[in-house]
Amino acid sequence: MWRFLTSRVLQSIPVILAVITVTFFLVRVAPGGPFSSEKAVMPEVKAALEAQYRLDLPLFQQYLAYLGDLAQGDLGPSFKYPGRDVNELIAAGLPVTAELGFYALLVAVIIGGLAGVLASLKPNTAQDYVPMTAAMIGICMPSFLLGPLLVLVFGIYLDWLPVSGWGDIPGDKLLPAITLGSAYAAYIARLSRAGMLEVMSQDYIRTARAKGLPEWQVVVKHALRGGLIPVVAFLGPAFAGLLAGSFVVETIFQIPGLGRFYVQAAFNRDYTMILGTTVFLSTLIVVFNLLSDILAAWMNPRLRAQFGDH
Amino acid sequence: MMQELISLHIRTERLISFSWLVSTMVVLAACSPSESNVSLGNRTGVLYYGIGSEVQTLDPHVVSDTIAWEISGALFEGLIRHDPETMQPEPGVAQSWDISDDGMTVVFHLNPQARWSNGDSVTAEDFVWSWRRSLHPAMGNVLIDSMYPIKNAEPYSKGLIEDPEALGVRALGPHTLQVELENPTPHLFSLLDSPIAAPVHRPTIEAHGAPMARYTKWTRVENMVSNGPFRLAQWKMYRFLRVERSETYWDANNVALNAIVFKPVDSDTVEEKMFRAGQLHVTYQLPVTKIPAYKAVVDSPYVEAPLLGSYYYLFNIDRPPVDDIRVREALSLAIDRDLLVEKVLLGTERPSASMVPAGIPGYAAQQHAVFNPDRARELLAEAGYPDGAGWPGLELFYNTSENHRRIAVAAQQMWKEHLNLDIELTNQEWKVYLDTVDSRKFRMARMSWIGSFPGPGTFLDRFVTGGASNRIGFSSERYDELIQQIAPKAKSRDLRFDFMSEAEKIFMQEVPVIPLYNRNGKHLVQPSVQGYYPNILEYRNFKQVSLDPDAGVWQWPSEDE
Repeated sequence: MWRFLTSRVLQSIPVILAVITVTFFLVRVAPGGPFSSEKAVMPEVKAALEAQYRLDLPLFQQYLAYLGDLAQGDLGPSFKYPGRDVNELIAAGLPVTAELGFYALLVAVIIGGLAGVLASLKPNTAQDYVPMTAAMIGICMPSFLLGPLLVLVFGIYLDWLPVSGWGDIPGDKLLPAITLGSAYAAYIARLSRAGMLEVMSQDYIRTARAKGLPEWQVVVKHALRGGLIPVVAFLGPAFAGLLAGSFVVETIFQIPGLGRFYVQAAFNRDYTMILGTTVFLSTLIVVFNLLSDILAAWMNPRLRAQFGDH
Repeated sequence: MMQELISLHIRTERLISFSWLVSTMVVLAACSPSESNVSLGNRTGVLYYGIGSEVQTLDPHVVSDTIAWEISGALFEGLIRHDPETMQPEPGVAQSWDISDDGMTVVFHLNPQARWSNGDSVTAEDFVWSWRRSLHPAMGNVLIDSMYPIKNAEPYSKGLIEDPEALGVRALGPHTLQVELENPTPHLFSLLDSPIAAPVHRPTIEAHGAPMARYTKWTRVENMVSNGPFRLAQWKMYRFLRVERSETYWDANNVALNAIVFKPVDSDTVEEKMFRAGQLHVTYQLPVTKIPAYKAVVDSPYVEAPLLGSYYYLFNIDRPPVDDIRVREALSLAIDRDLLVEKVLLGTERPSASMVPAGIPGYAAQQHAVFNPDRARELLAEAGYPDGAGWPGLELFYNTSENHRRIAVAAQQMWKEHLNLDIELTNQEWKVYLDTVDSRKFRMARMSWIGSFPGPGTFLDRFVTGGASNRIGFSSERYDELIQQIAPKAKSRDLRFDFMSEAEKIFMQEVPVIPLYNRNGKHLVQPSVQGYYPNILEYRNFKQVSLDPDAGVWQWPSEDE
């Protein structure tokens, strides 16, 4: 087990390093700099600003200096927000993104679970095809299409819900949560359908039915528990995906989360912020993937036997 | 294995019931009625104020955006304040001042009662230290050139003079400050009321790092010491920034508000909705499409007033075909500005063909071009492109934005209709666009400009030969002389403005820009807000703002009213 863990952790270091290196040099190639503005900055002022942020050093030295700071956990000062460092900007954005991710997951579990269970009860009938087709569409439809569509229908035509914001007007968290959660709802629908189908053919379900229990009790009390296990295993990686993938939704709905900071940092050429967010999110994904691998290994008895835990 | 499965079953069940509980709570919380910000604010003297985007910094010497400028005015106080209604100077930290006969020296007598928020006295030495900091080359202050009227400010800020003693600011006593100028400066008091000239608390800044460093933590809530009518109370990034009345402020008895909550809301649509929901007293902006409806209602909360800002297209006059003045003039004459503003901007801006916007008291802006398609066609034919024949093509660059696109499309149609010219529209992301403009890889591009003091210089200064923001390649000896030598030394403001007007005329005769319109400030303001005056600089003096507790929350009139 330890050898597996160590090798996986060691494998992820070059991945993260590669991400840092590519990002570091890529952002410098982009036209425009962090200090360009409508009012052109005077050469003396620009030189002073560059000196303050080490931009006057040769690029490779800047890169080494950045890696040095990073090794100490320092993501550097933000260019756009003087007086703020990237660490605290990430700390400010993360709770919002996590909250959005949580609601999205909630939407995904409730809608996806319900659709999957309904579909599994009458396989190969309309009750199966309709939610599963919807799930397929949900998986295929990107959030940059679904978001504006929902805004158009519920925000503009019907005028029921706010079109953007976060915690400013009642109900403004609903559309972003649905937009972000829908793709995952679709996955969960498929997972729970498969899980339920398998469970519904088990002996204990037949026993429950034989005892004369109403069908809904059979489903809710007996089948659901086993049928949703694959869904539970999916939740961890799904949450990581929601955190890292929410930038489209955060941008559409103007939510002050990590994803939006990321996009804005790119627009502002806030070099340290772009790098910091990239490093943070890639680390997050690597860690969650590692965790899910460990979980999968732990749940699979054959793999577990190889680790010598038995 | 079975045990694990059972425990997973139980966890699943708990998760599901927990999920239902949370979602019910979320729905309940979303539906429960609570008192609106405006109603609460009216009762408790708290102003809820929309500021567009998140404030970049609160260090007044680093501030470069209008939002931070406004907040800085609440937290810090310079020598002078202005009455927002009349724009006349009134005492700030200085309670009186003497101007020498030649207008080159001003002695300020500071109010001995002026205090920092930690109780320290605000002294003349504070200003001397602060200005040396603000102007220091290492500070990287992007608005530094506006301080150049101060003696030796320019060479000092460029590192050509290292001795800070040479700077034209001196403490003659603990409460007497002498300011020496390069030239008599009519807008000096405006300048002294800006964040760049605000005092900062030396011990606080030195306690948190190098005085010139941009990223020290002295501007944090727990660290900041300021001297304005308000002090920093809370700052949650991207959520809100709250300032509360400072008890140590010398004129605290005349500050009506107990607190101001600055609310960053990027989207104008959301801001407008928040206003209607009673969440904001004042909005930073509102969607142009909503303005006609607001204008039409009785007792409208919509406040529109001229702003010192211009919107224009600029040429790179070194590149063909726009190196030919006849082509530039033809393009300018073919634009129907009235129609553009009426149809595209729904009458919310002021059509104009001058570089310096109208509205500066005592200054006659030079309206160069008026809509004249016949003359435009003649000029184009003279330039060798009769009815667009042989036209080599031209592209108009603008930064990606729906508003810029709509204006560009309208202009494109007018050029096609009146001159039979095909103009290609190219939009670029903001920083890419700035790179294009700065490196002069354009022939025609969009730009706008907001003035920082009520004088024509704020619009004309940058077009001197080799100026950092002179992206058009304009160069005229007489213009440079007027702007840099003659106007600054003029004996009176009127004379100075005459020279400036002459310079603008020289500039406009070359048609290096196509001015389209002058900007307006556009806000929604609750009826309870008192002492809020629109002015060309969007200058806010929060000290004078108060809230009427009986005014109620503005509501959209029902259909039958």
